[in-house]
Amino acid sequence: MKIRAQMAMVMSMDKCIGCHTCSVTCKNTWTNRPGAEYMWWNNVETKPGIGYPKEWENQETHKGGWILKNNKLELKAGGRLTKLLQIFYNPDLTPIDEFYEPWTYNYENLINRKLGKYQPVATPHSQLTGERIELKWGPNWEDDLAGVHITGKRDPNLEEAIKLAYEQVFMFYLPRICEHCLNPSCLASCPSGAIYKREEDGIVLVDQDMCRSWRFCMTGCPYKKVYFNWKTHKAEKCTFCYPRIEVGLPTICSETCVGRIRYIGIILYDANQVAKTASTEDPYQDHLSLFLNPHDPKVIEQARHDGITQDWLEAAQRSPVYKLAVDYQLAFPLHPEYRTLPMVWYIPPLSPMINAVSQENLLDTVEEMRIPLKYLANLLTGGKTEPVKQALKKMIALRSYMQKQYYDQGEDLLESLGLKPEEAKDLYNLLAIAKYSDRYVIPTNHREHSVDLHAAQGTVGLEFQEACLTCGLETYEEQNLIRKTEVQHGR
Amino acid sequence: MSQFLWVVFPYLMLTTFVVGHLYRYHTDQYTWSAKSSEILEKRILKWGSLLFHYGIIFTFFGHVTGLFIPKEVFDALGIDPHLYHIFAVTMGTLVGIPTLVGLLILVYRRMTTPRLILHTSNFDLFVLLLLLAVVLEGMYITVIHSGFLEAYDYRETINPWVRGLLTLKPDANLMVNVPFSFQLHALTVLLLMGLWPFSRLVHFWSLPLIYLTRSYLIYRKAGQKN
Repeated sequence: MKIRAQMAMVMSMDKCIGCHTCSVTCKNTWTNRPGAEYMWWNNVETKPGIGYPKEWENQETHKGGWILKNNKLELKAGGRLTKLLQIFYNPDLTPIDEFYEPWTYNYENLINRKLGKYQPVATPHSQLTGERIELKWGPNWEDDLAGVHITGKRDPNLEEAIKLAYEQVFMFYLPRICEHCLNPSCLASCPSGAIYKREEDGIVLVDQDMCRSWRFCMTGCPYKKVYFNWKTHKAEKCTFCYPRIEVGLPTICSETCVGRIRYIGIILYDANQVAKTASTEDPYQDHLSLFLNPHDPKVIEQARHDGITQDWLEAAQRSPVYKLAVDYQLAFPLHPEYRTLPMVWYIPPLSPMINAVSQENLLDTVEEMRIPLKYLANLLTGGKTEPVKQALKKMIALRSYMQKQYYDQGEDLLESLGLKPEEAKDLYNLLAIAKYSDRYVIPTNHREHSVDLHAAQGTVGLEFQEACLTCGLETYEEQNLIRKTEVQHGR
Repeated sequence: MSQFLWVVFPYLMLTTFVVGHLYRYHTDQYTWSAKSSEILEKRILKWGSLLFHYGIIFTFFGHVTGLFIPKEVFDALGIDPHLYHIFAVTMGTLVGIPTLVGLLILVYRRMTTPRLILHTSNFDLFVLLLLLAVVLEGMYITVIHSGFLEAYDYRETINPWVRGLLTLKPDANLMVNVPFSFQLHALTVLLLMGLWPFSRLVHFWSLPLIYLTRSYLIYRKAGQKN
């Protein structure tokens, strides 16, 4: 066993109001640069719909993620040799137009235009060519179901049976960031080895110095969350705001979320089981079984042995992500069938009834909600409705229970779902009260373990972290050795 | 003059080639890439890039065979100059045509796609056109000069000159009486090699063969360089 810690996120679709604040603050922080205009490391999609880029969930065209080939895990877009043969032209690459051609407006025209008969208008201009363009698609074209009566038919989560129910419109919001997967297929697709997963917190990053512009990561990611900067010719992606995470702050998308839908915490898992777990029959259940109980003395002992510090262990024990995913099983991975073991999980949304409530038992109303269970299951559990149904029932029971506490009406249905009253209170606190310190349990990064800051101090000036030749080495003695030779050579 | 053209200039270019690469690799990893523009335009790129790259790879191996294997080796193998000539012209034409066609498509793509016109640097364009010149000269030599005009045996002049350069025993006299088209081709290639380390062509060195053997997943500690 080799225990690693993973920084993970849960988003409650039940609380998302689709305001796009997360997208905007992310953009302002990370991608408001030339070459990155079309990138939305965080975007919010209205479901049903084909999303951003168009039909990203259709892996028959986009070729993202892993598949099982003779019971062996293989990249959907082809293995190592295929990639090298396709290096001069990647037939599966999603071109920028599938995301959208980025544009701005000629705002100057509003001020500079000569006096005329009509109001001046700011017309859209492409940020790739500067030419005037007609807007036919954008990063959020389907907002609140706009045009989905046409595009929505190409949403792969909509099956025939569901399509009928589709006539009785339903919708919800799906905010998406990089999943920082345990078995990332973008990383596996990178011929240069520029993408890596951080040992201590599992954040997946692109080394901008090592990226050689081979662009297979874009195809490899089934969530289409690796982008290609057309100006720097390098791949870029969500960084899980690692500079903030390292000092114990939540990502900017979480920090600014007005609905307080996001939770960040640590999950402990067995890194040796990753490949095996990713290749089993039931991706959701097996993914869940990969998460280790941070209260188990054996796990704690092994985790200490594998270099996980006490503060991280305590954070893992308080992790809201562990609670929601494992203890209460309210949160689910997004498309576990891509086999990347994604680590941003989602609480499914409750929705209004189709008809007046006809069921005797309040819990059975989950069958009659506007959002078809099967649709949620296709999104979250690889098509298995039972886990989603149980989660929604718990949420209904919780509402009913709290109603009873305050208004003396409603039913106590907790028992039938195996929930204790104190658990319900805990859940209520986590979901409804949701204080900052409960939503974000983020231990600070132990940089002192990866870089010997004290030894590097004063040797090569302020920029030593970038310039220091010794920083990548393992032991203090080795570092000293190199530093001495550096001094001798007058550096 | 011949000393300058066939000894000084080649060494200037070759030195720049070697030192330039070392310098750039150690100081400027960030811009070291293939500078792919497939995301902006992939329809024309498909044919241009595939034809050119596969063509140029085989052309490269053809040159290695022609330039670095001494004539005596062929003689010993019983391949007489006539047979060698026919083989060289046939193979050269076979791999040269896709290279040239691919390159022409790529040049066309660069110069007509609005998105690319704006984002192609002058230096990139210059290198591209220089590459086109090299390939055109090569094709002239293979198809027209060697195919129709004369069966010039460069293995007696150019080959020893190249090997002399690389073994630090340069001899300018070898090149003086070489046909002009061969001379021009050699000089253009040398110029291209001098510019190589500062251009996008550096991606030649980054062919990620290591990908074939490495494990799929890579873990790295925070803040560490690979």
